[in-house]
Amino acid sequence: MRGAWIALYWRKNTKMSSIEERVKKIVAEQLGVGEDEVTPEASFIDDLGADSLDAVELVMALEEEFECEIPDEEAENITTLQQAVNYINANG
Amino acid sequence: MSKRRVVVTGLGMISPVGLDVASSWENILAGNSGIKPITHLDIEPFSVRFGGPIYGFDIEQYIPKKEARKMDKFIHYGIAAADQAIRDAGIEATDENANRIGVVVGSGIGGISGIEQGYAAYLKGGPRKISPFFVPANIVNMVAGHISIINGFKGPNISIVSACSTGAHCIADGMRMIQYGTSDVIVAGGAEMATSPTGLGGFAAARALSTRNDDPQGASRPWDKERDGFVLSDGAGVVVIEELEHARARGANIYCELVGAGMNSDAYHMTSPSPGGEGAAECMRLAMEDGGVNPEEVAYINAHGTSTPAGDVAETMAMKRAFGDDAYKLAVSSTKSMTGHMLGAAGGAEAVFTILALRDQVAPPTINLDNPDPECDLDYVPHTAREMPMEVALSNSFGFGGTNGTLAFRLFKD
Repeated sequence: MRGAWIALYWRKNTKMSSIEERVKKIVAEQLGVGEDEVTPEASFIDDLGADSLDAVELVMALEEEFECEIPDEEAENITTLQQAVNYINANG
Repeated sequence: MSKRRVVVTGLGMISPVGLDVASSWENILAGNSGIKPITHLDIEPFSVRFGGPIYGFDIEQYIPKKEARKMDKFIHYGIAAADQAIRDAGIEATDENANRIGVVVGSGIGGISGIEQGYAAYLKGGPRKISPFFVPANIVNMVAGHISIINGFKGPNISIVSACSTGAHCIADGMRMIQYGTSDVIVAGGAEMATSPTGLGGFAAARALSTRNDDPQGASRPWDKERDGFVLSDGAGVVVIEELEHARARGANIYCELVGAGMNSDAYHMTSPSPGGEGAAECMRLAMEDGGVNPEEVAYINAHGTSTPAGDVAETMAMKRAFGDDAYKLAVSSTKSMTGHMLGAAGGAEAVFTILALRDQVAPPTINLDNPDPECDLDYVPHTAREMPMEVALSNSFGFGGTNGTLAFRLFKD
Protein backbone atom coordinates (compact mmCIF):
# COMPACT_ATOMS: atom_id res chain seq x y z
CA MET A 1 0.00 0.00 0.00
CA ARG A 2 2.74 2.43 0.96
CA GLY A 3 4.62 1.44 -2.20
CA ALA A 4 1.62 2.32 -4.33
CA TRP A 5 1.39 5.79 -2.73
CA ILE A 6 5.06 6.39 -3.37
CA ALA A 7 4.67 5.30 -6.98
CA LEU A 8 1.71 7.67 -7.42
CA TYR A 9 3.57 10.55 -5.79
CA TRP A 10 6.59 9.89 -7.96
CA ARG A 11 4.51 9.74 -11.15
CA LYS A 12 2.75 12.99 -10.29
CA ASN A 13 6.02 14.81 -9.66
CA THR A 14 7.56 13.46 -12.84
CA LYS A 15 4.61 14.71 -14.82
CA MET A 16 4.83 18.09 -13.10
CA SER A 17 8.50 18.52 -13.75
CA SER A 18 8.16 17.45 -17.33
CA ILE A 19 5.49 20.11 -17.89
CA GLU A 20 7.78 22.66 -16.32
CA GLU A 21 10.68 21.52 -18.47
CA ARG A 22 8.60 21.65 -21.61
CA VAL A 23 7.34 25.14 -20.82
CA LYS A 24 10.83 26.31 -19.88
CA LYS A 25 12.21 25.02 -23.16
CA ILE A 26 9.53 26.84 -25.16
CA VAL A 27 10.01 30.09 -23.25
CA ALA A 28 13.77 29.93 -23.75
CA GLU A 29 13.42 29.25 -27.45
CA GLN A 30 10.71 31.84 -28.09
CA LEU A 31 12.43 34.60 -26.16
CA GLY A 32 15.98 33.72 -27.16
CA VAL A 33 17.23 33.31 -23.59
CA GLY A 34 19.05 30.51 -21.77
CA GLU A 35 16.90 27.94 -19.95
CA ASP A 36 18.73 28.82 -16.71
CA GLU A 37 17.35 32.36 -16.96
CA VAL A 38 13.78 31.08 -17.06
CA THR A 39 13.21 30.89 -13.31
CA PRO A 40 9.70 30.23 -12.00
CA GLU A 41 9.04 33.86 -11.09
CA ALA A 42 10.95 35.66 -13.88
CA SER A 43 8.61 37.97 -15.77
CA PHE A 44 8.59 37.29 -19.51
CA ILE A 45 8.34 41.01 -20.26
CA ASP A 46 10.24 42.70 -17.44
CA ASP A 47 13.01 40.14 -16.91
CA LEU A 48 13.31 38.12 -20.12
CA GLY A 49 13.03 40.88 -22.71
CA ALA A 50 9.72 39.93 -24.32
CA ASP A 51 7.55 42.57 -25.97
CA SER A 52 3.76 42.36 -26.30
CA LEU A 53 3.98 40.46 -29.60
CA ASP A 54 6.47 37.98 -28.14
CA ALA A 55 4.03 37.35 -25.29
CA VAL A 56 1.20 36.57 -27.73
CA GLU A 57 3.38 34.25 -29.75
CA LEU A 58 4.62 32.51 -26.61
CA VAL A 59 1.07 31.66 -25.61
CA MET A 60 0.43 30.34 -29.13
CA ALA A 61 3.49 28.11 -28.79
CA LEU A 62 2.20 26.78 -25.46
CA GLU A 63 -1.18 26.05 -27.06
CA GLU A 64 0.59 24.14 -29.79
CA GLU A 65 2.77 22.15 -27.39
CA PHE A 66 -0.02 21.23 -24.98
CA GLU A 67 -2.79 20.97 -27.56
CA CYS A 68 -5.07 23.33 -25.73
CA GLU A 69 -6.74 26.67 -26.31
CA ILE A 70 -5.89 29.48 -23.90
CA PRO A 71 -8.54 32.25 -23.95
CA ASP A 72 -7.17 35.79 -24.32
CA GLU A 73 -8.31 36.83 -20.84
CA GLU A 74 -6.41 33.89 -19.36
CA ALA A 75 -3.39 34.47 -21.58
CA GLU A 76 -2.98 37.95 -20.14
CA ASN A 77 -2.36 36.40 -16.73
CA ILE A 78 0.40 34.12 -17.94
CA THR A 79 3.45 36.30 -17.39
CA THR A 80 5.88 33.86 -15.72
CA LEU A 81 6.94 30.25 -16.03
CA GLN A 82 5.12 29.40 -12.78
CA GLN A 83 1.87 30.94 -14.01
CA ALA A 84 2.13 29.02 -17.28
CA VAL A 85 2.77 25.72 -15.47
CA ASN A 86 -0.09 26.39 -13.06
CA TYR A 87 -2.47 27.13 -15.92
CA ILE A 88 -1.51 23.98 -17.82
CA ASN A 89 -1.78 21.83 -14.67
CA ALA A 90 -5.22 23.24 -13.99
CA ASN A 91 -6.52 23.08 -17.53
CA GLY A 92 -4.27 20.73 -19.47
CA MET B 1 21.26 76.75 -55.91
CA SER B 2 23.45 74.08 -57.41
CA LYS B 3 22.75 70.48 -56.53
CA ARG B 4 24.64 68.97 -53.64
CA ARG B 5 26.96 66.28 -55.00
CA VAL B 6 26.36 62.64 -54.06
CA VAL B 7 29.10 60.02 -53.81
CA VAL B 8 29.12 56.30 -53.12
CA THR B 9 30.99 55.29 -49.96
CA GLY B 10 29.78 51.79 -49.11
CA LEU B 11 28.71 48.58 -50.86
CA GLY B 12 26.96 45.43 -49.64
CA MET B 13 25.55 42.34 -51.30
CA ILE B 14 23.98 38.95 -50.81
CA SER B 15 23.67 37.34 -54.23
CA PRO B 16 23.55 33.98 -55.98
CA VAL B 17 27.22 34.51 -56.90
CA GLY B 18 28.40 35.38 -53.38
CA LEU B 19 27.41 36.30 -49.86
CA ASP B 20 29.47 39.50 -49.89
CA VAL B 21 30.70 42.08 -52.41
CA ALA B 22 34.24 40.73 -52.86
CA SER B 23 33.27 37.15 -53.64
CA SER B 24 30.34 38.23 -55.84
CA TRP B 25 32.56 40.54 -57.89
CA GLU B 26 35.26 37.91 -58.23
CA ASN B 27 32.73 35.45 -59.62
CA ILE B 28 31.20 38.05 -61.94
CA LEU B 29 34.60 38.94 -63.43
CA ALA B 30 35.41 35.26 -63.82
CA GLY B 31 32.11 34.64 -65.61
CA ASN B 32 30.88 32.15 -63.02
CA SER B 33 27.15 31.46 -62.90
CA GLY B 34 25.33 31.32 -59.55
CA ILE B 35 22.32 29.49 -60.96
CA LYS B 36 21.55 26.10 -59.46
CA PRO B 37 18.82 23.50 -58.90
CA ILE B 38 16.26 24.66 -56.32
CA THR B 39 16.39 22.33 -53.33
CA HIS B 40 14.44 24.26 -50.68
CA LEU B 41 11.02 23.52 -52.23
CA ASP B 42 9.17 20.38 -53.20
CA ILE B 43 10.26 21.22 -56.71
CA GLU B 44 9.17 18.21 -58.74
CA PRO B 45 5.71 19.54 -59.80
CA PHE B 46 7.11 22.87 -61.06
CA SER B 47 7.84 23.49 -64.73
CA VAL B 48 10.95 25.44 -63.63
CA ARG B 49 13.19 23.64 -61.13
CA PHE B 50 16.20 25.93 -60.86
CA GLY B 51 17.01 29.53 -60.02
CA GLY B 52 19.32 31.72 -58.02
CA PRO B 53 18.32 31.01 -54.41
CA ILE B 54 20.67 31.99 -51.60
CA TYR B 55 22.18 28.89 -50.00
CA GLY B 56 24.76 28.75 -47.21
CA PHE B 57 23.67 32.08 -45.73
CA ASP B 58 23.47 32.38 -41.94
CA ILE B 59 21.48 35.35 -40.68
CA GLU B 60 22.81 34.76 -37.16
CA GLN B 61 26.09 36.27 -38.36
CA TYR B 62 24.14 39.53 -38.45
CA ILE B 63 21.32 39.40 -35.90
CA PRO B 64 20.23 37.09 -33.04
CA LYS B 65 18.08 34.08 -33.89
CA LYS B 66 15.25 35.41 -31.74
CA GLU B 67 14.97 38.52 -33.92
CA ALA B 68 15.55 36.65 -37.17
CA ARG B 69 12.49 34.46 -36.53
CA LYS B 70 10.27 37.53 -36.77
CA MET B 71 11.18 38.41 -40.36
CA ASP B 72 10.81 37.03 -43.81
CA LYS B 73 14.04 36.10 -45.56
CA PHE B 74 13.94 39.09 -47.89
CA ILE B 75 14.47 41.21 -44.77
CA HIS B 76 17.37 38.99 -43.69
CA TYR B 77 19.09 39.57 -47.02
CA GLY B 78 18.46 43.31 -46.85
CA ILE B 79 19.77 43.58 -43.30
CA ALA B 80 22.91 41.63 -44.22
CA ALA B 81 23.68 43.63 -47.37
CA ALA B 82 23.02 46.90 -45.52
CA ASP B 83 25.28 45.84 -42.66
CA GLN B 84 28.09 45.15 -45.12
CA ALA B 85 27.58 48.50 -46.85
CA ILE B 86 27.39 50.46 -43.60
CA ARG B 87 30.59 48.84 -42.28
CA ASP B 88 32.30 49.44 -45.61
CA ALA B 89 31.34 53.11 -45.42
CA GLY B 90 32.31 53.33 -41.77
CA ILE B 91 29.09 55.18 -40.89
CA GLU B 92 27.89 55.14 -37.30
CA ALA B 93 24.91 56.94 -35.83
CA THR B 94 25.68 59.55 -33.17
CA ASP B 95 23.47 62.03 -31.34
CA GLU B 96 24.62 64.66 -33.84
CA ASN B 97 24.19 62.82 -37.16
CA ALA B 98 21.41 60.25 -36.61
CA ASN B 99 18.65 62.51 -37.90
CA ARG B 100 20.60 63.10 -41.10
CA ILE B 101 21.00 59.42 -42.05
CA GLY B 102 18.14 57.68 -43.82
CA VAL B 103 17.24 54.31 -45.26
CA VAL B 104 15.57 53.74 -48.64
CA VAL B 105 15.53 50.01 -49.24
CA GLY B 106 12.62 48.31 -51.00
CA SER B 107 11.50 44.98 -52.35
CA GLY B 108 9.57 44.03 -55.45
CA ILE B 109 7.29 41.55 -53.73
CA GLY B 110 8.16 41.54 -50.03
CA GLY B 111 7.46 38.61 -47.74
CA ILE B 112 5.74 36.29 -50.17
CA SER B 113 7.04 33.11 -48.53
CA GLY B 114 6.08 34.40 -45.09
CA ILE B 115 2.61 35.27 -46.37
CA GLU B 116 2.26 31.77 -47.80
CA GLN B 117 3.29 30.21 -44.50
CA GLY B 118 0.95 32.43 -42.50
CA TYR B 119 -1.94 31.60 -44.78
CA ALA B 120 -1.14 27.90 -44.52
CA ALA B 121 -1.28 28.20 -40.71
CA TYR B 122 -4.68 29.89 -41.01
CA LEU B 123 -6.05 27.21 -43.32
CA LYS B 124 -4.84 24.51 -40.95
CA GLY B 125 -5.86 25.99 -37.62
CA GLY B 126 -8.06 29.01 -38.24
CA PRO B 127 -7.45 32.65 -37.31
CA ARG B 128 -6.08 31.80 -33.87
CA LYS B 129 -3.03 30.28 -35.57
CA ILE B 130 -2.00 33.50 -37.31
CA SER B 131 1.23 34.71 -35.71
CA PRO B 132 1.31 38.17 -34.14
CA PHE B 133 4.41 38.70 -36.28
CA PHE B 134 2.60 37.83 -39.51
CA VAL B 135 2.18 41.45 -40.59
CA PRO B 136 5.48 42.99 -39.42
CA ALA B 137 7.45 39.99 -40.69
CA ASN B 138 6.23 40.37 -44.24
CA ILE B 139 5.35 43.93 -45.19
CA VAL B 140 7.78 45.45 -47.66
CA ASN B 141 8.91 48.48 -45.66
CA MET B 142 10.05 46.43 -42.68
CA VAL B 143 13.36 45.87 -44.47
CA ALA B 144 14.04 49.61 -44.26
CA GLY B 145 12.49 49.68 -40.79
CA HIS B 146 14.81 47.03 -39.40
CA ILE B 147 17.90 48.62 -40.96
CA SER B 148 16.95 51.90 -39.25
CA ILE B 149 16.23 50.23 -35.91
CA ILE B 150 19.42 48.16 -35.88
CA ASN B 151 21.64 51.10 -36.79
CA GLY B 152 19.85 53.97 -35.07
CA PHE B 153 19.39 55.93 -38.29
CA LYS B 154 16.63 58.48 -37.65
CA GLY B 155 16.30 60.11 -41.07
CA PRO B 156 13.77 59.10 -43.75
CA ASN B 157 12.79 55.43 -43.64
CA ILE B 158 10.93 54.28 -46.74
CA SER B 159 10.67 51.50 -49.28
CA ILE B 160 9.90 52.11 -52.90
CA VAL B 161 8.08 49.27 -54.63
CA SER B 162 8.44 49.25 -58.40
CA ALA B 163 8.92 45.60 -59.32
CA CYS B 164 12.30 45.03 -60.97
CA SER B 165 13.15 48.75 -60.88
CA THR B 166 12.84 48.87 -57.08
CA GLY B 167 16.55 48.88 -56.28
CA ALA B 168 17.38 51.54 -58.87
CA HIS B 169 14.47 53.72 -57.83
CA CYS B 170 15.43 53.49 -54.15
CA ILE B 171 18.97 54.63 -54.97
CA ALA B 172 17.62 57.39 -57.21
CA ASP B 173 15.25 58.67 -54.55
CA GLY B 174 18.00 58.48 -51.92
CA MET B 175 20.16 60.60 -54.21
CA ARG B 176 17.38 63.18 -54.44
CA MET B 177 17.09 63.34 -50.64
CA ILE B 178 20.77 64.13 -50.38
CA GLN B 179 20.73 66.60 -53.27
CA TYR B 180 17.73 68.37 -51.79
CA GLY B 181 19.26 68.55 -48.35
CA THR B 182 16.86 66.24 -46.52
CA SER B 183 19.68 63.89 -45.54
CA ASP B 184 23.47 63.65 -45.66
CA VAL B 185 23.71 59.86 -45.89
CA ILE B 186 21.26 57.31 -47.31
CA VAL B 187 21.46 53.53 -47.17
CA ALA B 188 19.76 52.55 -50.42
CA GLY B 189 18.97 49.43 -52.43
CA GLY B 190 16.69 46.44 -52.71
CA ALA B 191 16.09 42.99 -51.23
CA GLU B 192 14.13 40.01 -52.48
CA MET B 193 13.23 36.43 -51.65
CA ALA B 194 10.76 35.35 -54.32
CA THR B 195 11.70 31.70 -54.88
CA SER B 196 8.68 30.58 -52.85
CA PRO B 197 6.05 28.20 -54.25
CA THR B 198 3.71 30.94 -55.46
CA GLY B 199 6.57 33.27 -56.44
CA LEU B 200 8.26 30.69 -58.63
CA GLY B 201 4.93 29.24 -59.74
CA GLY B 202 3.51 32.66 -60.55
CA PHE B 203 6.37 33.75 -62.77
CA ALA B 204 6.40 30.30 -64.40
CA ALA B 205 2.64 30.56 -65.06
CA ALA B 206 3.24 33.91 -66.76
CA ARG B 207 5.72 32.09 -69.01
CA ALA B 208 8.33 34.63 -67.93
CA LEU B 209 10.95 32.07 -66.85
CA SER B 210 13.45 29.97 -68.73
CA THR B 211 12.57 26.27 -68.60
CA ARG B 212 16.08 25.05 -69.39
CA ASN B 213 15.96 22.56 -66.53
CA ASP B 214 18.68 20.37 -68.01
CA ASP B 215 21.19 23.24 -68.06
CA PRO B 216 20.52 25.76 -65.27
CA GLN B 217 23.81 27.61 -65.70
CA GLY B 218 23.12 28.08 -69.40
CA ALA B 219 19.55 29.31 -68.82
CA SER B 220 20.19 33.03 -68.39
CA ARG B 221 21.54 33.94 -71.83
CA PRO B 222 20.71 37.54 -72.63
CA TRP B 223 20.69 38.48 -76.34
CA ASP B 224 21.38 34.87 -77.37
CA LYS B 225 19.13 33.30 -80.04
CA GLU B 226 18.24 30.46 -77.70
CA ARG B 227 17.14 32.58 -74.74
CA ASP B 228 13.74 31.58 -73.39
CA GLY B 229 13.01 33.71 -70.33
CA PHE B 230 14.63 34.96 -67.16
CA VAL B 231 15.93 33.03 -64.16
CA LEU B 232 14.33 33.83 -60.80
CA SER B 233 16.85 34.77 -58.12
CA ASP B 234 17.01 36.08 -54.56
CA GLY B 235 19.35 38.37 -52.64
CA ALA B 236 20.01 42.01 -51.85
CA GLY B 237 22.18 44.84 -53.08
CA VAL B 238 22.68 47.95 -50.97
CA VAL B 239 24.86 51.03 -51.31
CA VAL B 240 25.69 53.87 -48.95
CA ILE B 241 25.44 57.20 -50.73
CA GLU B 242 26.57 60.39 -49.13
CA GLU B 243 26.85 64.11 -49.66
CA LEU B 244 30.34 64.86 -50.97
CA GLU B 245 31.50 67.28 -48.26
CA HIS B 246 30.15 64.98 -45.56
CA ALA B 247 32.16 62.10 -46.99
CA ARG B 248 35.28 64.24 -47.32
CA ALA B 249 35.02 65.59 -43.80
CA ARG B 250 35.18 62.13 -42.33
CA GLY B 251 37.84 60.91 -44.77
CA ALA B 252 35.58 58.28 -46.32
CA ASN B 253 36.66 56.13 -49.23
CA ILE B 254 34.80 57.41 -52.30
CA TYR B 255 34.02 54.78 -54.93
CA CYS B 256 32.53 57.16 -57.48
CA GLU B 257 29.94 59.88 -57.91
CA LEU B 258 26.25 59.22 -58.45
CA VAL B 259 25.52 62.05 -60.85
CA GLY B 260 22.03 61.40 -62.13
CA ALA B 261 18.96 59.24 -62.38
CA GLY B 262 16.12 58.76 -64.82
CA MET B 263 12.64 57.52 -63.99
CA ASN B 264 9.72 57.23 -66.35
CA SER B 265 6.96 54.98 -67.56
CA ASP B 266 6.17 53.10 -70.74
CA ALA B 267 2.44 53.71 -70.21
CA TYR B 268 1.95 50.75 -72.50
CA HIS B 269 1.46 47.24 -71.03
CA MET B 270 1.59 45.32 -67.75
CA THR B 271 4.57 43.18 -68.67
CA SER B 272 5.71 43.92 -72.25
CA PRO B 273 8.15 46.74 -73.03
CA SER B 274 6.98 49.60 -75.22
CA PRO B 275 7.59 49.09 -78.95
CA GLY B 276 11.06 50.04 -80.08
CA GLY B 277 12.17 50.48 -76.48
CA GLU B 278 10.77 53.99 -76.44
CA GLY B 279 10.28 54.19 -72.66
CA ALA B 280 13.68 52.71 -71.83
CA ALA B 281 15.42 55.06 -74.30
CA GLU B 282 13.79 58.09 -72.73
CA CYS B 283 14.77 56.82 -69.26
CA MET B 284 18.46 56.61 -70.24
CA ARG B 285 18.22 60.06 -71.82
CA LEU B 286 16.69 61.47 -68.63
CA ALA B 287 19.46 59.98 -66.50
CA MET B 288 22.14 61.50 -68.69
CA GLU B 289 20.41 64.86 -68.76
CA ASP B 290 19.95 64.81 -64.99
CA GLY B 291 23.62 63.99 -64.48
CA GLY B 292 24.99 66.46 -67.02
CA VAL B 293 26.40 63.53 -69.00
CA ASN B 294 27.08 63.73 -72.73
CA PRO B 295 26.10 60.46 -74.42
CA GLU B 296 29.62 60.04 -75.84
CA GLU B 297 31.02 60.02 -72.29
CA VAL B 298 29.16 56.81 -71.48
CA ALA B 299 31.48 53.84 -71.96
CA TYR B 300 29.64 51.04 -70.19
CA ILE B 301 26.02 50.11 -69.53
CA ASN B 302 25.01 47.44 -67.07
CA ALA B 303 21.85 46.46 -68.93
CA HIS B 304 18.58 45.22 -67.53
CA GLY B 305 19.18 42.28 -69.91
CA THR B 306 16.93 39.66 -68.35
CA SER B 307 17.16 37.06 -71.14
CA THR B 308 13.52 37.35 -72.19
CA PRO B 309 12.79 37.24 -75.93
CA ALA B 310 11.01 40.63 -76.05
CA GLY B 311 12.89 42.54 -73.36
CA ASP B 312 16.39 42.02 -74.75
CA VAL B 313 15.38 43.27 -78.21
CA ALA B 314 13.55 46.28 -76.77
CA GLU B 315 16.53 47.30 -74.62
CA THR B 316 18.86 46.98 -77.61
CA MET B 317 16.56 49.21 -79.67
CA ALA B 318 16.34 51.61 -76.74
CA MET B 319 20.11 52.00 -76.64
CA LYS B 320 20.19 52.71 -80.36
CA ARG B 321 17.43 55.25 -79.89
CA ALA B 322 19.22 56.95 -76.99
CA PHE B 323 22.78 56.83 -78.38
CA GLY B 324 22.32 56.69 -82.16
CA ASP B 325 25.26 55.11 -83.99
CA ASP B 326 27.37 55.58 -80.85
CA ALA B 327 25.41 52.69 -79.35
CA TYR B 328 27.81 50.39 -81.22
CA LYS B 329 30.75 51.89 -79.31
CA LEU B 330 29.23 51.09 -75.92
CA ALA B 331 30.24 48.09 -73.88
CA VAL B 332 26.93 46.62 -72.71
CA SER B 333 26.69 43.63 -70.42
CA SER B 334 24.13 41.74 -68.43
CA THR B 335 25.38 40.48 -65.09
CA LYS B 336 22.00 38.72 -64.88
CA SER B 337 23.59 36.12 -67.17
CA MET B 338 25.38 35.03 -63.96
CA THR B 339 23.11 36.15 -61.11
CA GLY B 340 19.75 35.56 -62.71
CA HIS B 341 17.08 38.14 -62.01
CA MET B 342 16.94 39.28 -58.38
CA LEU B 343 13.78 41.34 -59.09
CA GLY B 344 13.59 44.20 -56.58
CA ALA B 345 17.16 43.53 -55.51
CA ALA B 346 18.49 43.56 -59.07
CA GLY B 347 18.87 47.32 -59.31
CA GLY B 348 20.78 47.38 -56.03
CA ALA B 349 23.10 44.53 -56.94
CA GLU B 350 23.69 45.85 -60.44
CA ALA B 351 24.43 49.34 -59.11
CA VAL B 352 27.16 47.67 -57.04
CA PHE B 353 28.53 45.90 -60.13
CA THR B 354 28.44 49.12 -62.14
CA ILE B 355 30.27 51.02 -59.39
CA LEU B 356 32.94 48.29 -59.24
CA ALA B 357 33.25 48.30 -63.03
CA LEU B 358 34.10 52.00 -62.82
CA ARG B 359 36.49 51.50 -59.92
CA ASP B 360 38.36 48.67 -61.60
CA GLN B 361 37.94 49.98 -65.17
CA VAL B 362 36.65 46.64 -66.32
CA ALA B 363 33.38 45.67 -68.00
CA PRO B 364 31.91 42.44 -66.64
CA PRO B 365 31.03 39.82 -69.24
CA THR B 366 27.73 38.51 -70.53
CA ILE B 367 28.04 34.75 -70.31
CA ASN B 368 26.18 32.18 -72.44
CA LEU B 369 26.06 34.54 -75.43
CA ASP B 370 27.02 31.85 -77.92
CA ASN B 371 24.85 32.83 -80.89
CA PRO B 372 23.68 36.43 -80.75
CA ASP B 373 20.16 37.17 -81.94
CA PRO B 374 20.51 39.14 -85.22
CA GLU B 375 18.21 41.77 -83.74
CA CYS B 376 20.65 42.19 -80.87
CA ASP B 377 23.83 43.46 -82.50
CA LEU B 378 25.57 45.64 -79.90
CA ASP B 379 28.83 44.86 -78.11
CA TYR B 380 27.62 42.77 -75.16
CA VAL B 381 31.12 41.85 -73.87
CA PRO B 382 30.53 38.14 -74.51
CA HIS B 383 32.06 35.46 -72.28
CA THR B 384 35.00 37.33 -70.75
CA ALA B 385 35.44 40.54 -68.79
CA ARG B 386 37.16 43.39 -70.58
CA GLU B 387 39.54 45.98 -69.18
CA MET B 388 38.71 49.34 -70.69
CA PRO B 389 38.81 53.00 -69.74
CA MET B 390 35.45 54.29 -68.56
CA GLU B 391 34.41 57.69 -67.31
CA VAL B 392 30.66 57.22 -66.99
CA ALA B 393 28.62 54.04 -66.58
CA LEU B 394 24.86 53.54 -66.53
CA SER B 395 22.78 50.89 -64.82
CA ASN B 396 19.35 50.09 -66.28
CA SER B 397 16.35 48.57 -64.50
CA PHE B 398 12.91 48.04 -66.02
CA GLY B 399 9.93 46.57 -64.22
CA PHE B 400 6.46 45.10 -64.66
CA GLY B 401 4.02 47.95 -64.97
CA GLY B 402 6.29 49.63 -67.50
CA THR B 403 8.33 51.35 -64.80
CA ASN B 404 11.88 52.32 -65.75
CA GLY B 405 14.93 53.45 -63.82
CA THR B 406 18.45 54.36 -64.92
CA LEU B 407 21.34 55.41 -62.68
CA ALA B 408 24.37 57.35 -63.97
CA PHE B 409 27.70 56.95 -62.17
CA ARG B 410 30.85 58.95 -62.92
CA LEU B 411 34.46 58.45 -61.85
CA PHE B 412 34.99 60.77 -58.92
CA LYS B 413 37.03 63.89 -59.57
CA ASP B 414 37.27 66.98 -57.40
